[in-house]
Amino acid sequence: MDDMTDGNTLLTIRDLRIEGLSGETWLPIINGVSLHLDRGEVLGLIGESGAGKSTLGLAGMGFTRDGCRITSGSISFDDIDLVAASPERKRSLLGRRIAYVAQSAAASFNPAHRLIDQHTEGPVLHGVSSREESRGDARSLYDRLRLPDPDNIGFRYPHQVSGGQLQRAMTAMAMSCRPDLIVFDEPTTALDVTTQIEVLAAIRDIVEQFDTAAIYITHDLAVVAQMADRIKVLLNGDEVEENDTRAMLSHPAEPYTRSLWAVRSFRRPEQPPTPAGTVPVISIRGVTAGYGADIDVLHDVSFDIHSGRTVAVVGESGSGKSTVARCITGLLPPRQGEIRFDDKVLPPGYRHRTRDQLRQVQMIYQMADTALNPKLRVRDIVGRPVQFYRGYRGTRLQERVEELLSQIELDPGQFINRLPSELSGGQKQRIGIARALAAEPRFIICDEVTSALDQLVAEGILKLLDRLQRELNLSYMFITHDLATVRAIADEVVVMKDGHVIELGAKTEMFSPPHHAYTDLLLSSVPEMDPDWLDRLLAQRGRENIGEAARLGIDRAVQRQSSL
Amino acid sequence: MLLTDGNFMSRLIVMIAQRLALGVFTMFIVSIVIFAAIEALPGDFAQAILGQGATPEAVAAIRESLGMDRTAVERYFAWLGGAVTGDFGVSFSQLSFQSQYGQTGERDVVTVADQLGPRFANTIFLAATAAAVAVPLSLGLGILAALHRGTVLDRIANIGSLTSISSPEFFVAYLLILFLSAANPIFPSISKIHADLDFWQQVYRTVLPALTLTLVVTAHMMRMTRVAIINLLSSQYIEMARLKGVPRWRIIVHHALPNALAPIINVVALNLAYLVTGVVVVEVVFVYPGVGQLFVDAVKLRDMPTVQACCLIFAAAYILLNLTADVVSVLTNPRLRHPR
Repeated sequence: MDDMTDGNTLLTIRDLRIEGLSGETWLPIINGVSLHLDRGEVLGLIGESGAGKSTLGLAGMGFTRDGCRITSGSISFDDIDLVAASPERKRSLLGRRIAYVAQSAAASFNPAHRLIDQHTEGPVLHGVSSREESRGDARSLYDRLRLPDPDNIGFRYPHQVSGGQLQRAMTAMAMSCRPDLIVFDEPTTALDVTTQIEVLAAIRDIVEQFDTAAIYITHDLAVVAQMADRIKVLLNGDEVEENDTRAMLSHPAEPYTRSLWAVRSFRRPEQPPTPAGTVPVISIRGVTAGYGADIDVLHDVSFDIHSGRTVAVVGESGSGKSTVARCITGLLPPRQGEIRFDDKVLPPGYRHRTRDQLRQVQMIYQMADTALNPKLRVRDIVGRPVQFYRGYRGTRLQERVEELLSQIELDPGQFINRLPSELSGGQKQRIGIARALAAEPRFIICDEVTSALDQLVAEGILKLLDRLQRELNLSYMFITHDLATVRAIADEVVVMKDGHVIELGAKTEMFSPPHHAYTDLLLSSVPEMDPDWLDRLLAQRGRENIGEAARLGIDRAVQRQSSL
Repeated sequence: MLLTDGNFMSRLIVMIAQRLALGVFTMFIVSIVIFAAIEALPGDFAQAILGQGATPEAVAAIRESLGMDRTAVERYFAWLGGAVTGDFGVSFSQLSFQSQYGQTGERDVVTVADQLGPRFANTIFLAATAAAVAVPLSLGLGILAALHRGTVLDRIANIGSLTSISSPEFFVAYLLILFLSAANPIFPSISKIHADLDFWQQVYRTVLPALTLTLVVTAHMMRMTRVAIINLLSSQYIEMARLKGVPRWRIIVHHALPNALAPIINVVALNLAYLVTGVVVVEVVFVYPGVGQLFVDAVKLRDMPTVQACCLIFAAAYILLNLTADVVSVLTNPRLRHPR
C-alpha cells in the first residue's frame, strides 16, 4: 500500500473494519474494505441490503451510527485522520466539508422548522456565511435545482413540499457550505420513476457544476450507471470488485457482479389473451371511491381480471392503486359501481360478505415485516386462516401447514416453529404468501410485494408466484410502480393516474408504441443500464419534458381533451 | 391534509366547543356520583354537628330546617336547579348555627360561593407557586438527562425522581417539616396565610407546601420530557442534524424538543390539574387555608353544598387544563398550523 498523496486525493479508506452490536455480541459489518476518492470524482457503492454500503458511506464522513464501532483501519479525509480525530474536530468538518443526502428527505427534514431555516443552520453554525447570505444562496441553489418558485419555496415546512422537491431541497442543503464531498445515501430509492429522473438530473448537474466529489450509494445498477465515474460492488461487508463504470457494465469480472447484472432477465412467457365472452374472476365496474367526506380518490375505474392471469396495476404514488385493492377486499366500500366475483356482485363492505366470499380474495402486502404478527410463530400465522376457513384441527391442521410451507419452498421442519424475527426479508414474504394460500383463494392481490426486497430475493418471489399461479390456476392483481416487474410477470397492464385508468391492454401492446403520453413518460423514465441513457433522454425529451413538468403538461393536455 | 387556514381555525373552535360541552356533562356526572357517595355514608349532617349529644328531637329539627326530610332525589334536583343558575346554596355549617339560635336566613348569610372564593384563591396561589418552580425545573432536568443519557447525572436524576414519586406526599411533607422547620427553623411548619400579609410574606409561608408539591410532580414531568426527547433521538432528522455538524445541546433543544412538545404538554397539564386537586393532603398537613382543607371539613360534616361545589371546582380544573393541553399540542404541530 502506498502512502503517497498526490494532492488530488480527497478520501482514502484503508482496510476498514466496523462491527455492530447485535444483542450482546459484536458482529462484523465491514470486513476490511479500502476505498479511494479523488477530488471531483463520483464513486458508486452498490450492493444488496446488509452489504454495508451505508455504513461505509457514513464512515467516509468519520461517522458511525449508535451501536457501531470502528475496530481497525484508517480513514483519511484531506490528510485528516477521521478515526483519531476528536468529536469536535469531526463536527467542524461535518456539514462544512463533508455533507450527507439521506434516502428519505421527508423523514430527514425536521418537521418543526422551515426548509430555509434548516438550510441556513449549517453555514451559520460553521461560520461560513451569515444567515442573510445563506438565504440568498439557498434561493439561487433552489433555482439551479429547478425547484418551482425558488424565492419562496424555502419558507415552507417539509410537509408542504412534495417528495421529489424535498429531495432536491436536501441536495441544496448539502451544498450550502460548498463541501468537498457529499455522501448520497439512496437519494432516489423512495421516489417514483418520473420524479427520480429529475432528481438524478439535478444531482448530477450540481455535482458537476461545483466539482464536488461524491459517494453515491444505491442498490439500483441502472441509476448508478448514470451517476458514477467508478463503481465498487459490496457483498456482506466485503469488496467484490471495483472498476470504471463503463468497464464494469460491459465486463463484470466476478460471478456475483454478473449475477446482479443478470437479475433483470427473468421474463415469464405472456399467456394468450382470454377468448371473448369468458367470465372474469374479478370484474371492477365503474368504481368511484374515496376516504374523506367528498373527495374521490378513484373515478369510474373499470377493468377485469381473468382466471389464471396476472393484471399489473401500475402508477405513481397517489394514483389510487392501493385504493382499488381496498375496494376489492371490501375494506373501503365504493361510493358508486360494483365489484363482481364470478359474475356475482360482492357486497361492498367486507362485513356483509360470506366467509366463502372472503376466502376467495386474499392479499399479500409490501412490508412483510409489519404484515406478520411478531409474537406468533409461523405455525400459527399460517395455521390460523386454515382453521378459520377450513375448520381443520390437530394433525390435519399440522399437515396442511407443512404442505403450505413446502409449497412456498421452506422446509417445514426447520421453519414451522420460528418467529417472524427469526426470518429473513424474503422468507417473511414467503410466509405472507403461504398465509394467503392457506385460505385457498382463486384471486390474490399482491401489493408491491417485491419493492422492499433485494433484486435477487425479489426474483425468487416472482418465480415462486409464477409457479403457484400455474399449479393452482390463481389470478393475480399485481400492484407495483416498478415497470421491470411488470415486464417480468404481467399478462395485462392497467395504467392509473390520479384515480383514473389512463390506459389498459395486453402487456406486449402496452410496451410497444404508440403509447398514451403518460404511459410513454412512465416507460421512458425507467433507468437503463447504459451510462449514456440519461444524457440521451435529456437530449431527446428536453429538460422541460421530464418529471413534474412533463406530468403537468400531460394533465393540461388531458384537460383540454376532456373539455372539448 | 387539504385544509385552508380558516378551515383550521373553525375546526379548532368546533373542537373546543365540543370538549366544553362534554366537560359540562362530565361535571354533571361527577355531581351525581358525589351526591350518591355522601348519601351512602353512615350518619348525616345533623348527627355530625350534634355529636354525642344528638337527641332524636334535635336531629329531626335540624333535618327539617335543612330540608333533609325530603328524598335524596328531590334534594339533588333542588341543588342542581340552583347550581345551573350560579347559586351553590348556603353551607350547612353556616345555616346550622343560625337555626340553633332560632334565627332564620334574614341575617347576613355566608353562601358557599362567599366561603369558597378566598379559599380557591389561596389554592390557586399555592398551585401557581409550585408550578412556577416545578415546570421549568422538570423540563430543564429532563433536557439535561436526555443530553447526558446514560451518565451519572442521568442516573441521579432518575433515582431522585423515582424516590420522590414513590414516597407518599404526607411523608415528604413531614420530612421537609423535620429538616427545614423543626431541626433547622428556616420556614414555618404551619402555612396560615391571609389577605393582610404582603405578597412575599405569603410566598415565605407557602414555601414548604409548594416544595412538597414540587417534589411530587417534578418526577413525572421530568421523566416524560426525557423519554419524549430520547424517543426522537433515533429519528432520521436527528441523524441529519448530527451529520450537519450541529452540537449536541442544539440537537436536543432545537431539533428534538419542538417535536416532543405534544406529550410533554399533556403531562404538564395533568400535573397542573393534580396541583389544584391533589393538594388536599398537603393543605391538611400544613393547615393551609385552601379548598382542600375546606373540602375535608365539609366531608366530615356531610356538608353537601360545600362538598359539591369543591368537587365541581376540581372537575372543572381537570377539564379545562386538559382542554388547554389538547389545544396547545394541536398548535405545536406544524402540519396542522401550516396546512398544505
